[in-house]
Amino acid sequence: MSLNDLFLISPQLSMAGLGILVILADLVLNRKGLVGAVALVGLILPLSFAWAQLTEFPGLLFGSGAENLVPSDSILSDSLAVDRFGVFFNLLVVVSLALVFLASVDYVRALPRLKGEFYGLMLLSATGMMLMASATELITIYVALELTTLPLVAIAAFLPNSSSSEAGMKFMVIGAISSALTLYGMALLYGFSGSTTLAGIALALGGPSEQGLAFGSYAVLVGVVVLTVGIAFKLSAVPSQMWVPDVYEGAPIPMVALLSVASKAVAFALLLRFLYSGFLPFDANWGMLLAVLAAVSMTVGNLVAIAQSNIRRLLGYSTIAHAGYILVGVAAVARDGSGTSDSGAFTTFGPSSVLFYLVAYAAANLTAFFAILVINSKIGSDLIEDYGGVFRKYRLPALALALALVALIGVPPTGIFVGKIYLFAAAVKSELVWLAVLGAINSVVSAYYYIRVIRTMFLDPESEAVKGSENTLQPDEVTLQPQGISKYGMLALTITAICTVLLGIVFGPVIQGAEGAVTSLPGILAP
Amino acid sequence: MVTEPLVWAIFFLPLLSFLLITLVIRPFFNRYAVVSGYLLILALAVSLALSLVVLRQHYGGAELDFEPHTWLNLGDVVIQMGLLLDPVTSIMLVVVSGVSLLIQIYSLGYMRGDPGVARYFAYMSLFTAAMLGLVLSVNVVQLYAFWELVGVSSYLLIGFWHDRPSAAAAAKKAFIVTRIGDVGFLLAIIYLAFHGPEFAAQGLNPLHIPDIWQAAQPLATGGAVLGGGALTLIALGIFAGAAGKSGQFPLHTWLPDAMEGPTPVSALIHAATMVAAGVFLVARFFPLFQQTQEAMTVVALIGGFTALGAATLGLVMDDIKRVMAYSTVSQLGYMMAALGIGAFGPALFHLFTHAFFKALLFLGAGSVNHASGTFNMRYMGGLRKHMPWTYALVLIAGLSLVGIIPLAGFWSKDEILTSAWVSGSTVDPWVYQAVFGLLIAGVLLTAFYTFRMIILTFHGDFRGGGARELEDAEESGLPRPSSVSEEVHLGESPRVMVLPMAVLGVAAILAGYVANPQWVKSFLLIPGHWFSYYVEAAVPFDHPKTPAFNWEVALISTAVALAGIVLAYLLYQFMGRKRTQTLEVPVEIGEPEGAGVAEPTLAAEGADGPSPLHGHEPVPVAPQRPEPLERGGPIYALLSRKYFMDELYEGLLVRRVFYRSFAALTDWFDRTLVDGLVDLAGSVCRNGGRVVAQLQTGQVQFYGAVIVLGAVLILVGYLAYSAGLGG
Repeated sequence: MSLNDLFLISPQLSMAGLGILVILADLVLNRKGLVGAVALVGLILPLSFAWAQLTEFPGLLFGSGAENLVPSDSILSDSLAVDRFGVFFNLLVVVSLALVFLASVDYVRALPRLKGEFYGLMLLSATGMMLMASATELITIYVALELTTLPLVAIAAFLPNSSSSEAGMKFMVIGAISSALTLYGMALLYGFSGSTTLAGIALALGGPSEQGLAFGSYAVLVGVVVLTVGIAFKLSAVPSQMWVPDVYEGAPIPMVALLSVASKAVAFALLLRFLYSGFLPFDANWGMLLAVLAAVSMTVGNLVAIAQSNIRRLLGYSTIAHAGYILVGVAAVARDGSGTSDSGAFTTFGPSSVLFYLVAYAAANLTAFFAILVINSKIGSDLIEDYGGVFRKYRLPALALALALVALIGVPPTGIFVGKIYLFAAAVKSELVWLAVLGAINSVVSAYYYIRVIRTMFLDPESEAVKGSENTLQPDEVTLQPQGISKYGMLALTITAICTVLLGIVFGPVIQGAEGAVTSLPGILAP
Repeated sequence: MVTEPLVWAIFFLPLLSFLLITLVIRPFFNRYAVVSGYLLILALAVSLALSLVVLRQHYGGAELDFEPHTWLNLGDVVIQMGLLLDPVTSIMLVVVSGVSLLIQIYSLGYMRGDPGVARYFAYMSLFTAAMLGLVLSVNVVQLYAFWELVGVSSYLLIGFWHDRPSAAAAAKKAFIVTRIGDVGFLLAIIYLAFHGPEFAAQGLNPLHIPDIWQAAQPLATGGAVLGGGALTLIALGIFAGAAGKSGQFPLHTWLPDAMEGPTPVSALIHAATMVAAGVFLVARFFPLFQQTQEAMTVVALIGGFTALGAATLGLVMDDIKRVMAYSTVSQLGYMMAALGIGAFGPALFHLFTHAFFKALLFLGAGSVNHASGTFNMRYMGGLRKHMPWTYALVLIAGLSLVGIIPLAGFWSKDEILTSAWVSGSTVDPWVYQAVFGLLIAGVLLTAFYTFRMIILTFHGDFRGGGARELEDAEESGLPRPSSVSEEVHLGESPRVMVLPMAVLGVAAILAGYVANPQWVKSFLLIPGHWFSYYVEAAVPFDHPKTPAFNWEVALISTAVALAGIVLAYLLYQFMGRKRTQTLEVPVEIGEPEGAGVAEPTLAAEGADGPSPLHGHEPVPVAPQRPEPLERGGPIYALLSRKYFMDELYEGLLVRRVFYRSFAALTDWFDRTLVDGLVDLAGSVCRNGGRVVAQLQTGQVQFYGAVIVLGAVLILVGYLAYSAGLGG
């Protein structure tokens, strides 16, 4: 293990180290506020390591090409790839985590116990996420998946109430089932190819195959399907989506924010890398699978969301629907030239639309959860009916939540609008017009339940929960900012809200970065 | 050397001020809302300095061409954002940032004590940034975005006192009427965007403004990329947008109503800058207009017609700001007419001088309102004695507007008249003659309404101000006018308001001759006629040059203007005087304590002695005077109802034609077909959602079963699909 190897995994290592350090600091420090500060400031470390890796690539994020910093003689060469793709997601994870920490300062302060552990576990889970974005080998992938999930399971059950315990338990059991499926799929793939690396599997797939069978062999077919279903747990996509609303409802809000944004993003990274590295010859096969999953996910998510009365459950179904939208981009696999012929490199269109959408979704969804965090801390309820008239008392949080919900519908000028155009255009280019049409119809349907929440907040009379909340100042010209609201929460909220809008206006650089990042995947040539 | 970031900073500084005020000051430090004014003033001062540097450098011949940046690449159509620096831009930058700076300083005094002062300066920042962005745009889409942003901020500012129904209605009217013109502009842009390939064949970008100029020029092989009927239609579409913003007939109806906003807003937006954006737009596409004589004729005639028509309306208005509003419409008509007859330089010169003296006139109106509590000239009079500075400055601005040598307005108006007089080959000869006739008649009316306004406001005896107007309104059972205040402080406005007016006054005197000296080779080191020559260099193609000074025209126009002044004097100064009686109503005299501070100083029951609050001497208050023009009978009625244009639009077009036929039809379509479909879709979704939600039982075992079942289903699907392939 050389020094260079350490540099290659320094973002992950420093993240894990920071997690342990925070737990230790919690034992030593008496002022628990400092623990949060250590965690937040410490994130500069993984961030700067990720940035240092980025500077190794010409043109930073805006360049393109498949450079991999891991040399072939390194002990990491089989298990990790340090490329633009991985760094893109590592940066996304670190920034999301920093924002979540910022927003949850006052939340954690109010926790009855385990303040340090909260930060530590979040950091450890983030380590898993960063590993997942870079892993190129089945066992590493498995370790990353578990490392991501298990700390989150612990946090889900953090709160001393029954719905939190229920969330933790369901998360744990369904996670275990998914892990079992993932492992089963991996075992099949290993059995078929004799290799655990994605490159090795790809090599073995080049051999003789059974004509007329998807993926050319039963072992690979079952392996890929089962593994995809396992990953769908992390994507919160059909058919492994049923745990989502329960966990979103019961688990601590900051953890849900991280789960819905960072964990989901790296799961998509894993899926893209897995499919684009290992299974290039069968793009038509898995493209169809993902198209079907996308269609079912968005339809189920949106339909059930309509009937929800709890804002967190509603966002849980919304995240299922969004997993469906994003899967459209994964399914939109097209080769250069005409359609999905068997020759030629793949276009960047589909995968890069996924990356852009994930960034836009992160901004909008974090805004939504931060706003819910702030409002919940005042009115103490997640029921939509209790949000009645919330705008009159808590103007900025309500406005931000409205902005986030409008963004989630996909209304300009927000990042998700651009992202949706991008995704559906990719689908059309890959001859998946029906999927693009279904996506557009689903977006319209989703407006129904998002706007219902906005209407409640702005037009309905003040609910008992809002009236009873402790803020007595009347919002007016003079006091836009009601007193007693978490300043850190508002700061994080403002940042993400600005990003949400900014991504809808200055989307060029992010799209360029996404296109550069996906050229790291095998089979995709620089445009 | 000016670098690109420095030029962008001119636009970004006010924008930054907007962001800081809305995101930091308003939510968190509203107690220190006053800071927002100083913040904007600081930003504008730097912007002005940078604008002056840019002007100096550009005039010195520096190459200031910056490559545009690509914003969106749609294949055939590449939308870019960038800077277009030409003489028109650099002059406009100075005008916008300079006038805006002075008006913000004035606003510090005028808006003091208003609870929405931070909001006011936020909107003002947004407006100024949008206006600067508009002027700098190199791409039509970029320009259009700022064009609409200017419209939005104007809407916000007109409706600034949104609790007044009249202000809200005026804001809405302004927004809708200008939008009608914008449709034409948008159609022109869409036409350009859809003809990308034809432009690309010549290596041109259909949305890049210099490329559009180029496309309209004849090719060596004959024809042009843009030519014939299409060119005329595009030019007319652009002119429709310009006519909406610049209040040209028939889209002028919004501008007088827009005076519901705070007076500094009227000065900045509805006199000096935004309304000039229409003129700027036509000037920006001048090389395109030049190639189509039909469009030029339309521009010239509509401009001339508006110049005269708006002036007739200005004759009979009682509201001092409405007089000025019609005067603005009329002066914009002069500029449009000048552009229409190919007088590019004179049009922009008039835009330049007009910005100063008209802003000054509006600030004067604000100052007068500060003292008298009303904008109704019937309740003013005699203010000359109480506010000598305001009087002197308004007189200067008025003389400048009328076009009396050697004030600024004379030189620019004279250039326009001379261009029409000497004629040319841009349009048919009869158009030149018609335009000259319309404009010279306009000069007579301008002189008349300007001096009617000055005499009614400042001469004679004081007629009671806002307090009296409120009493009268009560007596006759009319609703209380919302913009009238019963506070009457007969005294000069605070220094912070007078100072910017004085600066504008100096500009209103000097901006004509000193900024653009005529007759001589150079004047005080300023090269003769530099402004016209410099501005004309903005048009890279052949076009008529600014004509030399013409004694005949100067004598005619001066004589006509003097005739108008004398007429006004005869009618108002002397005829009115005989009927004056004196009535004792106590009024506070002297400096108001703090501008805008609410303090009832005129008590209706205090008629028996000096005001108990201040103990000043009561002054005689003259009764109402009959309006001499009212003897015009039906003509007066026609004018005071603004040719029944509002009734025509509201009653006939909107209510009858639009509501009853078109809207009724769409309403039916919407209610029966669309709503039916939506209800159907809604109930399907809701019930479908309920059905699917039934599956969410909360049982973990069930969740796990779904996962496994899903995997199995997928596999079965694959096998069936493979079987289909194989067999």
